[in-house]
Amino acid sequence: MLTFLVRRVAQIVPTLIFVSMLIFGLQQLLPGDPALVLAGEERDPTVIQHLHEKLHLDDPLPVRYGYWISGVLKGDLGESMRLQKPVLELILQKLPVTLELALLAIVIALAIGIPAGIVSAVKRNTAWDYAANAVALWGLSTPNFWLGIMLILLFSVTLGWLPASGFVSPFEDLRANLAALIMPAFVLGNAIAAVLMRHTRSAMLQVLSSDYVRTARAKGLPESRVVLQHALRNALIPVITLGALELGTLLSGAVLTEQVFTIPGFGKLIVDAVFNRDYSVVQGVVLFTATAYIVLNLFADIAYVVVNPRMRAH
Amino acid sequence: MPTRHRAHGFAFALALSVIFVPLAPAQTLRIGLAEDPDVLDPTLARTFVGRIVFASLCDKLFDIDEKLNIVPQLATAYEWSADNKALTLKLRPGVTFHDGEKLDAAAVKYSLERHKTMQGSNRRGELALVSTVDVIDPATVRLNLSAPFSPLLAQLADRAGMIVSPKAAQAAGDKFGANPVCSGPFKFVERVAQDRIVVERFANYWNKAEVHFDRVVYVPIPDATVRLSNLRAGQLDFIERVLPSDVPQLKIDARFKLARITELGYQGITINVGNGDAGQKNPLGRDPRVREAFELSLDRDGIVQVAMDGESTVGNQWVPPANSYYAKNMPVPKRDVARAKALLQEAGVPNPAFTLMTPTNSDQQKTAQVVQAMAREAGFDVKIQSTEFSTSLDLADKGQFEAYVLAWSGRADPDGNIYSFDACKQPLNNAGYCKPEVDAILTRARTTRDPAERQKLYEQLAAIALKDRPIIYLYHRNWLWAYTSKLGGLRTIPDGLIRVQGLKFN
Repeated sequence: MLTFLVRRVAQIVPTLIFVSMLIFGLQQLLPGDPALVLAGEERDPTVIQHLHEKLHLDDPLPVRYGYWISGVLKGDLGESMRLQKPVLELILQKLPVTLELALLAIVIALAIGIPAGIVSAVKRNTAWDYAANAVALWGLSTPNFWLGIMLILLFSVTLGWLPASGFVSPFEDLRANLAALIMPAFVLGNAIAAVLMRHTRSAMLQVLSSDYVRTARAKGLPESRVVLQHALRNALIPVITLGALELGTLLSGAVLTEQVFTIPGFGKLIVDAVFNRDYSVVQGVVLFTATAYIVLNLFADIAYVVVNPRMRAH
Repeated sequence: MPTRHRAHGFAFALALSVIFVPLAPAQTLRIGLAEDPDVLDPTLARTFVGRIVFASLCDKLFDIDEKLNIVPQLATAYEWSADNKALTLKLRPGVTFHDGEKLDAAAVKYSLERHKTMQGSNRRGELALVSTVDVIDPATVRLNLSAPFSPLLAQLADRAGMIVSPKAAQAAGDKFGANPVCSGPFKFVERVAQDRIVVERFANYWNKAEVHFDRVVYVPIPDATVRLSNLRAGQLDFIERVLPSDVPQLKIDARFKLARITELGYQGITINVGNGDAGQKNPLGRDPRVREAFELSLDRDGIVQVAMDGESTVGNQWVPPANSYYAKNMPVPKRDVARAKALLQEAGVPNPAFTLMTPTNSDQQKTAQVVQAMAREAGFDVKIQSTEFSTSLDLADKGQFEAYVLAWSGRADPDGNIYSFDACKQPLNNAGYCKPEVDAILTRARTTRDPAERQKLYEQLAAIALKDRPIIYLYHRNWLWAYTSKLGGLRTIPDGLIRVQGLKFN
C-alpha cells in the first residue's frame, strides 16, 4: 500500500510541471493585448505602458513563465489586475463555495444515480428499468441553465420558497446556506445522476451475470445480500472513478449553474478572468483546479484499493 | 402585598417594554448590477458599473443634474480666471471623510495630485491639462491649467472629481480600493468579489437628511433574466440594465416600476478610413461616397425596432438629439436606397464588399445583422465577423478591420464623446481619421467656455466629420431600470448612475 502511494505521488510532480507549462503557454494564445482590456474604456497610452511593465508583457515567454513559476513555488500566485487582490485570496474565498456546491451535487447524484442504477439492473426490462432510463435520459438531455431558470421561476418567483440566487456562508446561517444551494446542487447533481445511473446499471448487469454471483445465489443467500454485498462492491469501482472525475469537473465546470444562481464560485471567477484577460487569475485558478483534479484521481485510486482488496496486490 | 405585587408587575412590564421596544427596522436597499465592478479606487477604476457603486461611496466636487447642468457637491461655487486658465473652487464647509478626517483644500489637492501621478492612474488623461493645484485657504483651492479646458467641470463631476481621505490613501497605497475611504453618503463595509458589495449609512454625511437607507447591498448578476427573476422573487429592490424584451411584462406588473433614460453615449459603426492599410484597400474606407451610400442604405428606426425592441433613441451624432450640443444643421438622414445605389454607381463599385467586425454581445450582433440585411438592398455585401470583445479591441487598435460595431458609454461634456475619436492620433481614434481643420475645431471647442460659441463650433465640426464618416452613429440606448413600486425618490440622470440620496421606501 505504501509503495503504491509513493509511486502515485511521485508521478504527480512531472505532471504538474507539464500542466503549469501548458496553462501558461495556452493562455498566451489568447488573442488580444491584455493591457488594452485592463486599461478600460479610455485606453490611456500611459496606463497601457504601465500595465505592460507591471505584467512583463514585453518580455519573452520563457522569462515570463519564470517570473510566474518562481512566484508559484513560493506560494504567490500573483495579483488580480482587475480587482487588485492576491489570486490566492480569491481562490480561498471561492473554493469553499464551489466545494460545498460540488459535494452537495455529488451527494444528490449518488443518492439518485446508484439506487436507480441498481434497481434498473436488477429489474431489467421491467417498467422499473424503463422508468429509471427515462429519468436518466431526461437528466442527461436537460440543459443546466434552462433547468436552473425553470426552478427559479417555480420555487422562487411563483412559490417563494427558496431564494432565487446568491450564497450565504454555512457558518453564518446553515439553513439559509442550504436553501441557497439546494437548487443549484440539484441542477448539477441531476445531470451527473443520469451518468452514474447508466454506469451503475451496466456494471451491475455485468457483475450479476458473473460466476461468483451465481455461486452466491446457489449457496442460498438472500437476493438483497447477493446484490448489495457481493455484486455492488465490484460494480462500484468504475462508478467511484467516474464520481471523482465528475467532482473534479464540477470544481471548474459549474460555470453555467454558478452564473444562473449567481453563486460566487470558481467557475464565475475563471470565466470573468478570461474575458477580462486577467492572466494571473486564469493561471492561478487553472493550476489550482488541475492540481485538485490530479489529487482527486489519486484519492479515487486509493478508494479502489479500499473497496476492492484484490487491487492491493497490483 | 398586592401593591408590591403590582409594583413588581409594573417593573416587569417596564423591563419587557424596554427589551421589546419596536426599533425602526434597519432598511436595506438591494441593487442588482449587470457586472462585477473593478477595483473601487477612484484613481484606478475604469468600468461604468464601478461608477454606480462610487455614487454611494465617494462624493465628487460637482455632480450633474437631469439636464446635464453642473451642480455643486463638495464644491459649492467655482470661478474661472479671465484667461480661463485657473479654476477656483469654494469647498463645502464641515465635510468629513468616513474615517473622521476633515475634507479641506489640502485633501482636494492631495486627491487631484494622486489622480495625476499615481502609477496606473486612469484619471491622468482627464486631468492632463491641470498643471498644479494651489491651496488658497482651507476652504478654497485653485486649479491651474496649462491651457484653457472647458470640459474640466464635467470631469470633476465624475471620478476625476472624487476626493479620497489622504490619511487612508497614504496608509493603503495601491491597496486603497480594497477598503475605500471617501466622503459619500455610505461607507464601505465589505466586498466579496462577484458576490456583493455592502455599504452602510455614514452618520456624519453633510446631506444626511437625504439618506433614508441604513445599508445598500450591490449584487452583481450578469445574466439579465436572472437579475429580473431576483427582482420578481423579492430578493432585489432595484435592477439596472433590464433587457428591452422584458419591458412589456414589467409594464403590466403593478409590483414594479420602470425608468428609462437615454444614455450619454452612442452605438455606432467605426469605419477604418486610415488606420493602417486595411481601410485603404477597401472601397468603404477609401471613398467617402461609398460610406455615404452605406449610411443612406440604413434605416435607423428599423434598426432600433428590430435590434433593441424600440428601446433606444435614433441618432446620427456623438450626442443624442435632445442634448444641447446636438448640431441641428445635421439632422438624422432618411433612408434612401435609390440614392445609395446611384452613389455606388458613381463611385464605380455597385457591389462593394466589406467585413463588419462585431463583439459577441447580443445588442451589437443583432445590430450588425440588421445592418447587413439593409445594406444588401443597396448592393453592399457585408460579412459579419463576430469577435470576442478583447480580441476585437486589439484588432481595432491595430487597424486590422474594415468596419467595427462599437458602443461608447458617453461623457457629460460632448468633448468626451468626440475628441479622442476624431482628433489625430488619439487613443480611441481607431478609424485613423485625421484632418487638421477638424483638430483645430476640436481644440477650440474644448478651450472655449461660452456654450453658444461651443455649440457653433460643434455644428462646424458636424458638417465636416459627419460627411467624412469615420464613425456612423446609429442610436443611443436607453438605460432601463426596474424597481419595486415601494421605492420612491428616484432621480434619472443621463449618466445612468443610481443616486442613492433621496431614495426611500414609501
